[in-house]
Amino acid sequence: MVPIGHYIFLSVALLAIGIVGVVTRRNVIIILMSIELILNAVNINLVAFSRLVGSVEGQIFAIFIITDAAAEAAVGLGIIIAFFRNRETVLADEMDILKW
Amino acid sequence: MLDQVVFYFFAALAIVSAILVVTRRNAVQSAIFLVTALLATAGIFLNLNAEFLFIVQVILYAGGIMVLFIFVIMLVNLDVALHQVQFNRQWFVALIISAVLAAQVAAAIAVSRRTLYTMPAAPAESLQPNTERVAFYLFHTYVLPFEIASILLLVAMVGAVVMAKKRV
Repeated sequence: MVPIGHYIFLSVALLAIGIVGVVTRRNVIIILMSIELILNAVNINLVAFSRLVGSVEGQIFAIFIITDAAAEAAVGLGIIIAFFRNRETVLADEMDILKW
Repeated sequence: MLDQVVFYFFAALAIVSAILVVTRRNAVQSAIFLVTALLATAGIFLNLNAEFLFIVQVILYAGGIMVLFIFVIMLVNLDVALHQVQFNRQWFVALIISAVLAAQVAAAIAVSRRTLYTMPAAPAESLQPNTERVAFYLFHTYVLPFEIASILLLVAMVGAVVMAKKRV
């Protein structure tokens, strides 16, 4: 098996790339894609430690995270469609109708 | 040996395509590279003897969620958005957050290096047969979280339909 530190490094790299995407992009769809990248990074960590310890329970948690990602994507994209219908934009910094 | 070659190949593929997801201007190109990154992650799962999770990743992420993304990208008018500025001026904040995160994890690895690297990996047979073991834990030990997840999916489905409906 590859040393566990390399898996952690891969996971952190994907997490950092996802955070950069969430913070710097203006398109909400790509922000959601970056969140999917972050959730994937977590899954890599869980599965790698599950393999190291020899217990399958880490994979169960990864399945729950995938469920969560699916729910989040469905609701998030529904919100984007509803917002685009009202304001004709997908840019995050123009979504300010809740701002006082 | 083959094990390591496969891991480094998929790891490099995942990181390169993740960077391309974040930096492409066109959202459709970002979606295509996101598929590549998710499939590379699936390959890493297969390399880690998690066959069930591999097939779940391919079907659910690369199949289901990506279709949803492509669908919304096609619904939302991109021709206008493509000519607008795609990045805001928060590169500095993003770099600081990433650097702090990297330093934190590097410190954690450095502190626990002795136990982390000397701990022998469990034999690959301890995860086999994979689907059977996953099913046993999912329906035996974690049956309550499993049911809660089903309610979560139901709520998300209703929420998505209500959000995307034309008139509430």
